[in-house]
Amino acid sequence: MTKKNPMSRALVRRETIAGYAFMLPSLIFFLGFVIYPMVQCVFTSFFDSTMNREDIFIGLDNYKELFQDPIFRGALWNTVIIVVVSVPVVCIFSLWVSSVIYDLKGPVCSAFRCIFYLPVVTGSVAVTVVWKWMFNNYYGIFNYVGNKAGILDQNINWLGDERFALGCIILILLTTSVGQPIVLYVSALNNVDQSLVEAAEVDGATKMQCFWKIKWPQIMPTTLYILVITTINSFQCFALIQLLTSGGPNHSTDTIMFYIYYNAFKLYRYGYGNAMGVVLAIIIAVLSAVQFKMAKSE
Amino acid sequence: MKNTNFNRSTAYKMVSVAAIAIFAFLFAFPLYWIITGSFKTPAAINSTTPQWWPTEWVMDNYQKLFSRQVAPLWEIHVPFTDVSFAGPEMPAAMRWLVNTVFMAVASMILTCITAAMAGYALAKKRFIGRTVMFSLIVCAMALPKQVILIPLLREMSSLELYNTIWAVIFPIVGWPFGVFLMKQFAEGIPGEMMEAARIDGAGEWKTFYTIALPLIKPGIGALAIFTFINSWNDYFMQLIMLSSTDTLTISLGIAKLQAENATDFGLIMAGASLAAIPIIVIFLIFQKYFTKGITMGAVKG
Repeated sequence: MTKKNPMSRALVRRETIAGYAFMLPSLIFFLGFVIYPMVQCVFTSFFDSTMNREDIFIGLDNYKELFQDPIFRGALWNTVIIVVVSVPVVCIFSLWVSSVIYDLKGPVCSAFRCIFYLPVVTGSVAVTVVWKWMFNNYYGIFNYVGNKAGILDQNINWLGDERFALGCIILILLTTSVGQPIVLYVSALNNVDQSLVEAAEVDGATKMQCFWKIKWPQIMPTTLYILVITTINSFQCFALIQLLTSGGPNHSTDTIMFYIYYNAFKLYRYGYGNAMGVVLAIIIAVLSAVQFKMAKSE
Repeated sequence: MKNTNFNRSTAYKMVSVAAIAIFAFLFAFPLYWIITGSFKTPAAINSTTPQWWPTEWVMDNYQKLFSRQVAPLWEIHVPFTDVSFAGPEMPAAMRWLVNTVFMAVASMILTCITAAMAGYALAKKRFIGRTVMFSLIVCAMALPKQVILIPLLREMSSLELYNTIWAVIFPIVGWPFGVFLMKQFAEGIPGEMMEAARIDGAGEWKTFYTIALPLIKPGIGALAIFTFINSWNDYFMQLIMLSSTDTLTISLGIAKLQAENATDFGLIMAGASLAAIPIIVIFLIFQKYFTKGITMGAVKG
């Protein structure tokens, strides 16, 4: 709705008043419970802040401490591993699944889509507790199947072993992350301009060529969106860690998200936790910006 | 040449479909394990050889779940006052469900109303500061909401909302995804229809109510089901904001079961079924709307 002739001043005023009137209910919640806490988060990160005591201004000390804190560095490292492993796997797996199922008959396609979405709908807590059982040292099916298949020669304490715990968490995260990308890809692939595909097929293009040369560029915006949401989701992975390992054993599954929670609820170090939140937000903002830039340049 | 090509791609397709079917089976397995696990006997659960299909179906786990604690079925506190109404004493697990349903429904209704209005304004009103507002919304969406947990916690306790369901509901309503989604839908309202309504002398509210609202109804449906499922399954905000027994939701209830009875997997699976089955049924019924909501939200990501 681009207007050629400028709107009259009275109309602008009328539109502005109406616009804000319609925005108002939403703005109360948005400013009150999203923007205000965000500002507070940045502000408090410069303070030594805890329960039942006035905050003390300490400048950048929280940030200085942060970069010398070995647990924080470990948590940052674990977070990076989770993101670096899960984002490409989720993207490639969901692209593969979608590219195969999108032109199957309607009910078959939606049945597959549903099943891959099930772990998301089931809810993080229900999913987590059943995996905890499956990974259990004595009663879990992983050890049983592993022993039967001859891969393992003794039971492994999956979640209690530094070598495996993070891997187990990533595996569960993957199963709960591919649902949404598959829905998105299937709908994007169905929206690809069919006339282009047909024209290419007439010209003798193989299926592979059709896919990479015609469909792939057209679903690029979807890929970008999936990259961004999967990255954000992987950074936010929390319920899994809190319920399965609480960051253990020996901090091997600490993530930034969990460490913020730990600082706030176990150590009551609000200022320090907020400083971590700010750092996390900056990392995510930079990553999203980079992903946008890269996708734009393609 | 063409023929071999065709065969090759058909073969690839068949192998892929078979592989995907195996993956689908693996993805569905945890849910199967939750449901069958909730009906197994303690002996079957605490055996080192898993029972792939329960040989004996028992309700013991559910009985245990419902006999653990009692709580009034509901307690309504009018915000900012001392007035409250309590329901009959029932198993605590029922109370978790009531709390969860209340939280999800209240979040859904509030989100739909506020987001429909704001999305309409952003899409159709040319007001000063519109672009700034929209950029703010998009930026806020990209940030992980957990980052603000500490300030939010302090804000809620100073508002005396801490440990009430409202402390979970308000941040969900404030989350700008809904506004963004509704803006996408409202873009599709034809300008001429609004123009016509204005010429007919309809006021701003009437134009919204009679012209815009019916047209964005599918969008509201999508947002409603999306918000309902997400708030039902959310764990983080509930964990932070709710602590006493009578404000527990189903997610927190299961977490508590797990903390207190770490290896009573039958009981925990009964709790997990109680949480998962209602929401899966709702998802399957409203699947179409849900899919639409996900895809519309991405169009202009």
